[in-house]
Amino acid sequence: MSIIQKTATEQLALLRSGEITSVELTQAYLNRIHQVEPAIGAFLRVESEAALTQAAEVDRKRETGEPLGKLAGLPVAIKDILCTKDTPTTCGSKMLENFVPPYNATVVEKLQAADAVILGRTNMDEFAMGSSTENSAYHPTQNPWDTSRIPGGSSGGAAACISADMAPLSLGTDTGGSIRQPAALCGCVGLKPTYGRVSRYGLIAFASSLDQIGPLAKTVEDVALLMEVLAGHDALDSTSVDTPVPAYSGSVHQPLESLTLGVVNQHFGAGIDAEIEAAVKQAIATYTSLGATIKNIEMPHADYGIATYYIIAPCEASSNLARYDGAHYGYRTDHAELVEDGTDEGPLVRMYRKTRSEGFGAEVQRRIMLGTYALSEGYYDAFYLKALKVRRLIRQDYDNAFGEVDMIIGPVTANAAFSKGEKTSDPMAMYLEDLYTVTANLAGVAGISLPCGFTKSGLPIGLQLQAAPFQEEKLLRAAQMFQNATDFHTRRPEL
Amino acid sequence: MSDAPYEIVIGLEVHVQLKTNTKLFCRCSTMFGSPPNTQTCPVCLGMPGALPVMNKKAYFLGMKTALALHCGIPKFTKWDRKNYFYPDLPKGYQTSQFDLPMSEEGYLDIQSTKDEFEPRRVRIIRAHLEEDAGKSIHDEVAGKGDSRIDLNRTGTPLLEIVSYPDMRSAAEAKVYMQELRLLLTYLEVSDCNMQEGSLRCDANVNLHIPTENGVIATPIVEIKNMNSFRSVERGINYEAKRQYDVWQETGKILGELPKQTRGWDDSAQVTRAQREKEESADYRYFPCPDLVPVVVTDEQIEEVRSGIGELPSGLRQRLESDFGLSTYTSDVIVNQGRALVDYFLELAATCGDHKLAGNWIQGEVLRILNDQEISIDEFKLTPSQMAELLRLVQAGDLDSSKAKDVFTAMLESGQSAADVVEDLGIERVDEGALEDLCRMLIERNQRVVDDVKGGNEKAVGALIGQAKKENPNVNPGQVRQICLDIIKNI
Amino acid sequence: MSLTRQDVEKVALLARLRFDDAELDKITEHMVQIVQYVDKLSELNTEEVEPMAHALDIHNALAEDELRPSLLRDEVLKNAPKHDGEYFLVPAVLGE
Ligand SMILES: [Mg+2]
Ligand SMILES: [Zn+2]
Repeated sequence: MSIIQKTATEQLALLRSGEITSVELTQAYLNRIHQVEPAIGAFLRVESEAALTQAAEVDRKRETGEPLGKLAGLPVAIKDILCTKDTPTTCGSKMLENFVPPYNATVVEKLQAADAVILGRTNMDEFAMGSSTENSAYHPTQNPWDTSRIPGGSSGGAAACISADMAPLSLGTDTGGSIRQPAALCGCVGLKPTYGRVSRYGLIAFASSLDQIGPLAKTVEDVALLMEVLAGHDALDSTSVDTPVPAYSGSVHQPLESLTLGVVNQHFGAGIDAEIEAAVKQAIATYTSLGATIKNIEMPHADYGIATYYIIAPCEASSNLARYDGAHYGYRTDHAELVEDGTDEGPLVRMYRKTRSEGFGAEVQRRIMLGTYALSEGYYDAFYLKALKVRRLIRQDYDNAFGEVDMIIGPVTANAAFSKGEKTSDPMAMYLEDLYTVTANLAGVAGISLPCGFTKSGLPIGLQLQAAPFQEEKLLRAAQMFQNATDFHTRRPEL
Repeated sequence: MSDAPYEIVIGLEVHVQLKTNTKLFCRCSTMFGSPPNTQTCPVCLGMPGALPVMNKKAYFLGMKTALALHCGIPKFTKWDRKNYFYPDLPKGYQTSQFDLPMSEEGYLDIQSTKDEFEPRRVRIIRAHLEEDAGKSIHDEVAGKGDSRIDLNRTGTPLLEIVSYPDMRSAAEAKVYMQELRLLLTYLEVSDCNMQEGSLRCDANVNLHIPTENGVIATPIVEIKNMNSFRSVERGINYEAKRQYDVWQETGKILGELPKQTRGWDDSAQVTRAQREKEESADYRYFPCPDLVPVVVTDEQIEEVRSGIGELPSGLRQRLESDFGLSTYTSDVIVNQGRALVDYFLELAATCGDHKLAGNWIQGEVLRILNDQEISIDEFKLTPSQMAELLRLVQAGDLDSSKAKDVFTAMLESGQSAADVVEDLGIERVDEGALEDLCRMLIERNQRVVDDVKGGNEKAVGALIGQAKKENPNVNPGQVRQICLDIIKNI
Repeated sequence: MSLTRQDVEKVALLARLRFDDAELDKITEHMVQIVQYVDKLSELNTEEVEPMAHALDIHNALAEDELRPSLLRDEVLKNAPKHDGEYFLVPAVLGE
């Protein structure tokens, strides 16, 4: 077994024992990237030189016995939505093609403090808006299990680079399912932490009240390892919560005794693919065999999740993306374009409108339009305010559920990875991809996606577990129990 | 009072820059006058991914001000985004407060020292926190060339104080602004420097015009850019006349035209229509998801309230009732700020004659402060030095003109009153000797006696002049009184 | 709820976007479709429900008023599409 096929936890042990160096490990990944990236397109930029320099520095520190961080020498790929000082950060958009942040996201600082080696920037749907990574302004990403299919999104690059063994660990963000859905479609593990668990400082906002940064990896214990570094209070993020961070990687192997799992009937209604349903039901049976109690629970407002989400997220986005106007940074339309154009608008308004129409892709513009409309005079109450109220009802559904069960178990997606281009002309069909994932973001609860099977055609199927706020530790332990009993996570695509 | 054929109705929106070291949502400096774009960071530049964190001091300075304005402080308050595009607003929205402001329903009492209007209570709708925008500098020829943007001021904490339309004249509006500024100065919550923009005022103005068919109201106009007390007064008066003329011409009344925004052009002394926006304003307010609400307890509110100290209105009353000062004198002293009031209180206590102390401060001391453009902190004489001088006046050792000479000499030399009196050779004249002198002068001046007897008491002035020539130390008031008494008894 | 092409044009101005005729047709069609879908929320009676703007019930994240270094001006302006070394430059704010 080659070194890159091992888990991050195994690699870390080898680094610690001196059997491999970080330079060797990093170089092995760079070689793998060189080999398979042309077929996958998981990265927007591979930072080979910087990564090798960092790796050499970690090796030097280890040799001289200097104190090392928790991820010392492990390569990590970063979704191109996290600001990194003096390194281009594009958010998958033409708008930020030349943007070089003068500061680091808090999680980037944490990775650096943990002595992780940053491998490069992964591809994504522009401004994290999408479920297929086809909305990247640069290129699409292919699903490593079938390169004619999408890897999911918006963290499609983050998931694809894991399943194609191009990185052991990666960072994604999840606003409505953007970690869990690509993890499911690419056959890896992805955690969306509780809202407020990981600092959003430096995460380029899509919908501020829903966005969370989270880890992706091949296994649950690798996810726990990275999560331990990411989590924690940050004074720079007002919505960050100050509660202790458990040692996730230490406790992940302790099975939970007397685990009660809730099954939501609506999750298995019309629309779910039969193979997915069968795999998830089999996973539920696995838990039963591990001693878990299964309970049917009601989430009466689950079916309103998408509608609620597709009001709140665009509303926040329309405001969050107002800053991209060509005035202070980012793309600005060619000045020559600003001559009189027959409208009665002044030069500044013409600059704004041209810049934004040229700099944003169609999906981003669509959501800005939706949000602007839903917040505008006369529509606020019917759309935005209404959605905030239904959001409360969804949260109450969760509160009631977690009064009865420890976790909710169910599918991540209704279908396995779909073909490229299949849903690009039908936004509503694309939005329904998030059916099972958006409610966790609306309620702020934690959710994890892990491999639980394959379709007959060999595409991965994901299992979702959701837990009450700040119950990541239990969530990871429960997921690990499943992984101990199954081998879906060990399978890799042929590339 | 105005005899115009209309009543002006005025509500003011005042923006006060709160005295913090750092901005409302980041820790960049709020210092005025730094080179452009040197006081900015990812947060106030609105860079992708940057997040705001509320300045605690700004919140509590806001609360202190609101409490001094008798506002109620809701236990729960939150922040909202006001969305609009403008290059001095790098995020594309201003973080402000919409439906749940940090304070509501207060008032400020105003009165005119010049009897321009009856005392009035101006009610406050709300005072809320928000961030300031940056500065845009436009090309001389509008529409040509680029505008230059400086974001140093972006994110500076402002308290917006919104009044009800309770004022009825430009003079009231001006006094409201002056009284508000004074209050803010006493509270030490703002520098209130109008030139530097730390106190700014927009006015909503319309007219109530009595007609045969009852009173009509003209459309409301918001006047911006009034950057001094004088321009507040002039801007509103100009706008009132303009609205009246327009109404006479067009007959348009409230509701028939949208609210208009006009800018006050101080050099031309006119209000001008500001360029209409491309669309009617639709700010799409919604709760800022990046900031969390603030919840306060009664204890916190009471703690802030207890730190407020004595305010101008209370002090004026105290100087009148406890110190016997006239309304005018107490007004003058209080309006100069807390430091002068403290000076007065110390002087009054040391010299014992409150009225004398008040008059001297209102007169001589203030004259020096104004002439030298200094504050009382920079004034050379301590209250105890001043008290020594006033005790000489009280004792009759110095008449008022001599005392002023001594005062001037004290300021120049820094000597004590006693030393100056000695240096100037001022001696107290014995009362017996003074009476002898007066009798001698009366004998020499029969015409003065006749004039006085004929009812012209002023004629006695000639004797005072002669007495001064004989002995420069005589007290003119005393001479006058003695002479009049002697003449009456002749 | 009906959403016309004219409505969409107005929203485009508010959002500072511009669409040509073909784009306007398409985005109007998409918006109508999405608005119709999200309108399913009107099925729910939410009269007694408190709106929920934040995922978590947290409050009072306040920072001390302590100065931190700002960015150097070169760093501030280096991302600007146009600047003069001191100021950001933007097309004339005022109309002609
Ligand atoms: Mg305001
Ligand atoms: Zn700043």
